[in-house]
Amino acid sequence: MPYVPHSPEEIREMLDVIGANSVEDLFAEIPAELRPKSFDLPKGKSEMAVLEMLGKMAAKNTTDLTSFLGAGFYDHFIPTAVDALSSRSEFYTAYTPYQPESSQGTLQAIFEYQTAMARLMGMDYANASVYDCGSALYEATLMAVRKTRRKKIIVSEALNPIYRVMLDSYTTNLNIELVTVPHNHGLTNVKSITAAVDKDTAAVIVQNPNFFGSVNDFTEMFEKVHEHKALAIMSTYPVMQAVLKTPGQMGADIAIADGQSIGQPLSFGGPYLGIMTCTKALVRQMPGRIAGRTEDEDGKTGYVLTIQAREQHIRRQKATSNICSNQALCALRTLIHLCLLGEEGLRRTATLSVERAHYAAERLTAIDGVEMFTKSPFGNEFAVTLPVNAFEVIDKLTERGIIPGFPVGRYYEGMENVLLVACTEKTTEEQIGIFAEILRGTI
Amino acid sequence: MKTVFEKSVPGREGCWPEEPKSKIEDFIPADLLREEAGMPSLSELDVVRHFTRLSQKNFGVDSNFYPLGSCTMKYNPKFTEQVAAMPGFAKLHPVIPQLKGAGHHCQGALEVIHETESMLCELTGMAAFTMHPMAGAHGELTGVMLMAAYHRDKGNKKTKIVCPDSAHGTNPASAAVAGYDVVSVESKDGIITPEALAEVLDDDVAGVMMTCPNTLGLFETHLQELVEMIHEKDALLYYDGANMNAIMGKLRVGDAGFDIVHLNLHKTLGTPHGGGGPGSGPVGVSERVKPFLPISRVEKFEDGQYYLSYDEPKSIGYVAPFYGNFGVYLKAYAYMLRLGGEGLTRATEGAVLSANYMRKRLENHYEIPYNRICMHEFVASAVEQAKNGVRALDVAKALLDKGHHAPTIYFPLIVKECLMIEPTETENKETIDRFIDDLIEIAEMAEKNPEALQAAPLTTSVKRLDETKAARSMVITDDIK
Repeated sequence: MPYVPHSPEEIREMLDVIGANSVEDLFAEIPAELRPKSFDLPKGKSEMAVLEMLGKMAAKNTTDLTSFLGAGFYDHFIPTAVDALSSRSEFYTAYTPYQPESSQGTLQAIFEYQTAMARLMGMDYANASVYDCGSALYEATLMAVRKTRRKKIIVSEALNPIYRVMLDSYTTNLNIELVTVPHNHGLTNVKSITAAVDKDTAAVIVQNPNFFGSVNDFTEMFEKVHEHKALAIMSTYPVMQAVLKTPGQMGADIAIADGQSIGQPLSFGGPYLGIMTCTKALVRQMPGRIAGRTEDEDGKTGYVLTIQAREQHIRRQKATSNICSNQALCALRTLIHLCLLGEEGLRRTATLSVERAHYAAERLTAIDGVEMFTKSPFGNEFAVTLPVNAFEVIDKLTERGIIPGFPVGRYYEGMENVLLVACTEKTTEEQIGIFAEILRGTI
Repeated sequence: MKTVFEKSVPGREGCWPEEPKSKIEDFIPADLLREEAGMPSLSELDVVRHFTRLSQKNFGVDSNFYPLGSCTMKYNPKFTEQVAAMPGFAKLHPVIPQLKGAGHHCQGALEVIHETESMLCELTGMAAFTMHPMAGAHGELTGVMLMAAYHRDKGNKKTKIVCPDSAHGTNPASAAVAGYDVVSVESKDGIITPEALAEVLDDDVAGVMMTCPNTLGLFETHLQELVEMIHEKDALLYYDGANMNAIMGKLRVGDAGFDIVHLNLHKTLGTPHGGGGPGSGPVGVSERVKPFLPISRVEKFEDGQYYLSYDEPKSIGYVAPFYGNFGVYLKAYAYMLRLGGEGLTRATEGAVLSANYMRKRLENHYEIPYNRICMHEFVASAVEQAKNGVRALDVAKALLDKGHHAPTIYFPLIVKECLMIEPTETENKETIDRFIDDLIEIAEMAEKNPEALQAAPLTTSVKRLDETKAARSMVITDDIK
């Protein structure tokens, strides 16, 4: 049997030591009436046959579409060395570094990842990752509720709706009041959010750039939030953090992001990673693993998992979170990707993506009836209003090999004509030109 | 070893994309921009060498025996990595099936989800599965949310969840973060008795979370009676699948009456642990819990085409942005196809055989608190060695010097000086024998030369690390000195 090495002779020897007659004897405690009523799984296949079968399934998925899809998930180029290094088996076949002396590779990598994330966000501390940005948002919410002992959370409607629906689900049983403040023609409604903050507010949650691509400065709003002793939670897009004013500069207490765009293939929704960073004052409320620097008996520098008194394996029901495994290998990939790009490479990636998006905006709005919806500075993504239904346009253009973007009407009522368009450094001016010409012919 | 930030040389060229035509200030006003982000500047070889060196400081399954109890550190077949890297899967944007008229561009991926769910249903005897939860604990949280939805739908007002004292810490933590009070049930002789359960099982109990075999590696011999008692109170029975590697082909939790189960695909179904994830924690449910599963659901039209259904009025909603860790469970699907029903059963048999063989060979050298037929893992104790000052921690560190990863130590909490050993089915007899011989030698050394064990490890890249200093100084980024 593949991957089970015991030969019949070895099985006999082992049974003799145990004092059992057969392997089946070892399962005698499972009563007959509990044995499987059915176990109709297919017969095993050779490695070659499985590869062929899955190769055929993979071929049913189209991969040669030109895509302007983003909505929080972006197709950036991943340098080959990211795969080469993260697929070293010493990394990917290890587990959570419970024995630090034999896990210094993983632990130092986590420490470096934490440093990179804290710097990118302009925050004090980061953890070793959570599952995705949606779960980071939920954990950040719980941090705020614990810290302030308040139950009201004010959420900007310009926060990615994919995460807003997750937050709704997660808080259903928790007696947490979610107040959603409508966006203002795609802009984060700073005035209304500020006005909604009161003495019962645990936190406000906003996104920059917001779902419609709009780039903001929330410094003044966060000052008001702090006047009410509430916390400011900010979701970001990590590639754009290469150039944008940071959550830390704006005064955010917790900054989160999805790390997909740095080092993870789109892979139909996962695995990605949730980046979590916070201020010094909140670190003991942070969920998940945190690596810290220390010394061994000889004074040599080393790393361990630290401030574990927050975690479930120590505190059980009193833990800050139930999280155990996180997305360690994805975090490693993000770190390696950032190291390969370096300061200049990351800045170029962000700038190129923004440059292409602005070219796309120019080309698309040159078409009669297509207007900018995002009426503010934007990064690598923006929304346009079409003279026709965006769902129909997507349907038609996909037939021509182009996914023109995300239909905003899927989550926002009355916005059926609004299309969200994203570019990365992989998007070429030629692709944008073809997209614009086909769109012109379609509407 | 220096960090990447300490090694950085400003201006050194790495994997840079082409130079942009414009400056960022041409598009975004300066007051919305930052200064440098502080990323390191390194050559590609600098980065390759740094991370290669780091990897060499790790133990992993490919290089070392890794009998970490409850973590099922089995060998991860290489071909599954190739499957996950196939461009037809790796390049697929998750939003595509949600677009009008684009469903036919991702039929292969939807088929993977549908078929993986079907196979897991057959493996466990559950009525339906969701692939969305992204790790075991995430599956637990999803499971407890399902319990809450079930009771809310029935108009039940229940506030408590029962967990055994031997449970993984994630069980009580998941119940608590989902809004429940946690009640502990004490195990007797390593298992839950009907009497002990009766003491805590009242009408306020929404559910009972069980691990079977439990964290001592023991089968819950009163299982049928416990199931009846729990269902009589209209409480739901939750199965923590951390130890599923012990029962494939031998017991289906659905047949046994469990209502909700999570599996850890990174344990049981051979996907890599990644140094702490990504995992995959799909959740299976019985027929009566099915209406509450997270959205979306993959359904099949009569013509064989797959689509996503969002029309699930009783659903708990979204627990993941899309469909869970697709790239992880794709590997588990490939693993199941490779082994088939018989191969999975043999895996379980091999795991249980190896665990019992180790337990038996060790029984004259270490205290085995529950020394009877175990399942895929067993618990030994260093209480005897501790009399000479050699604690479970010292045994663990001494094992590192012998080239083995250590077992899980000090868990479950109910066993003193606990060493929780799980060999898995993929390790050959020579490896197992060498590990046992080394453990026996350590027991002998504990009598003759305990100081030597207290000094271990000596062969790893660092010696014992000062955890108190780490917690006190809180140097958790390179910017704190």
